[in-house]
Amino acid sequence: MTPTAQDLIDFVIAEARMIDERRFPEWLDLFTEDGIYWMPLEPDQEEEHLTTSLMYEDRLLLRTRVQRLEGQRTFSQKPKSRCHHLLQMPSVDEMNHEENLYRTYTPFHYVETRFDEQTLLAGWARHSLTLVEEKLRIKCKRVDLVNCDAPHRNIQLFV
Amino acid sequence: MNLTKSELNDKLRELIREGEVHRDLYCSPEIFALEMEHLFRNAWIYVGHDSQIPNKGDYAATEIGTQPILMVRHKDDSIRVLFNRCPHKGTQVVIDRQGNAGKFFRCPYHAWSFKTDGSLLAVPLKKGYENSGLQESCAAKGMTPVAHVKNYRGFVFAKINDAGPDFESFFGDSLSSLDNMIDRSPEGRLEVVGSPLRYMHHCNWKMLVENQTDTCHPMVAHESSAGTVREIWEQEGGEGPKPMAVECILPFTSPYEFFENMGIRTWENGHGHTGVHHSIHSDYSAIEGYFEQMVAAYGETRAKAILDENRHNTVYFPNMMIKGPIQSLRLFKPIAADKTLVESWIFRLVGAPDKLLQRTAMYNRLINAPTSIVGHDDLEMYERAQAGLASDGNQWVNMQRLYDPSESETPNATYNGTTEAQMRNQFRAWEKFMTLDSGGNAATKGTAA
Repeated sequence: MTPTAQDLIDFVIAEARMIDERRFPEWLDLFTEDGIYWMPLEPDQEEEHLTTSLMYEDRLLLRTRVQRLEGQRTFSQKPKSRCHHLLQMPSVDEMNHEENLYRTYTPFHYVETRFDEQTLLAGWARHSLTLVEEKLRIKCKRVDLVNCDAPHRNIQLFV
Repeated sequence: MNLTKSELNDKLRELIREGEVHRDLYCSPEIFALEMEHLFRNAWIYVGHDSQIPNKGDYAATEIGTQPILMVRHKDDSIRVLFNRCPHKGTQVVIDRQGNAGKFFRCPYHAWSFKTDGSLLAVPLKKGYENSGLQESCAAKGMTPVAHVKNYRGFVFAKINDAGPDFESFFGDSLSSLDNMIDRSPEGRLEVVGSPLRYMHHCNWKMLVENQTDTCHPMVAHESSAGTVREIWEQEGGEGPKPMAVECILPFTSPYEFFENMGIRTWENGHGHTGVHHSIHSDYSAIEGYFEQMVAAYGETRAKAILDENRHNTVYFPNMMIKGPIQSLRLFKPIAADKTLVESWIFRLVGAPDKLLQRTAMYNRLINAPTSIVGHDDLEMYERAQAGLASDGNQWVNMQRLYDPSESETPNATYNGTTEAQMRNQFRAWEKFMTLDSGGNAATKGTAA
């Protein structure tokens, strides 16, 4: 199978929908074994390891988050948060069949609510995708918040 | 507020008992205003690290209490701390968190300019001030400097009021924690890395400070985060070298006994630390090449002594905490009685392998970020407490755990690690520094110090 641009776009849209519908275990399976979710702390941040990020998480840490969300003593999720992604049509930045690497760029608005508090975040999601056993998987999802360096309150789900 | 010293004393005496404090200390805007007026001016407050401003003219903006200030590297390489307002109309002279002023500051409103020691350099259309009395005004003195500044091995502190102890007497032996963090660099030098995490809490700043030595909450409040890491690690077989992230989070689930045995030490003036004998940072994997660098720098005996000290959280009263073995610093910035901004900074150990910085950065995002699953539950607890304190059913907050009536006579002491003695130590210091000045301070009246 060789993915088309539309396949990539459909994938990104379906990924956001999984989060909004709290299908977290299914969402987790979208990541490759060495997949990474990265949310930098600073605008245009290049460094992944030697400076602070908001999130830089491998599958082990993402799995911890997902499992914790359903825990009996997850106090900050009683009651649970809800979230909503509004995506701009993803752009396809790279279609590299030879190296099995596909990159998309998706501006978004993201809303997270809990109790009466609603947080609006905006930014850009950059997906690096690859085919594993004929299915698209996430090698890296990089989320740059437009106000990444602002004094945030809890961000508990997945942007 | 214009309370006399004895009126202030009487007011506070009604709010603090040994082992109990009144909820007004967390909820009352009036008490908060008094804290800003007295406590945050009488104590030495952390301003920043000198590596943030390496070159002449470099500045970094921050706050002491709620007052906007900046630190700047002057032309003689000394670090000056100035109130960040133009003496003319009050405009904040710098607005970005850091930058370079060149040879002088220039107010963007009317172009008054100031040397980097704050003194007035020039005013446009100077003629208009002839015989106006400007020379005798507050404005002519330029940007007001903060009177007392100390650069301790790169860590810059300032004190606004003349009242209160000098730097060495204020911190005393507690400087050993800062020393240990700095000595972990083979060159004895730290550098700030990146921007701080900034995390907004709708609770009183003291709740956050108390939590730094609260050893009875990790296994309860953090069961869902650290406990889940443990579950997953065990599902994976739980053998072999732990990934760095697992190493960082797992110790949060340690049983009470672990925390009891780790010990708590208190020092005079409200400082103290957890992890006298060991801590959650004791069992990290060795990082290749680091010990050899330390031995080369300090000799084996001294290198071992530095690295065997694994203090957990050291609280520097009133609003700062450091983790020596992690090289991080958290600043709890008061904004209102029910609003606090937490900044979490990290440092590079100059001359040490990058892998150490990698662990430091990882720890910071795993534990201190607004996206941290550990932070989420902490914030939940603070804000539930802030909301719960509105209750009139009981107006007192309890901190009597392992209380010993004689402890107030021995401020420098070590205890069982689950004591609340350090919280009580902070409140004794709180009362002391709230009432040190008698209200006759120069800065209060608006003249340049």
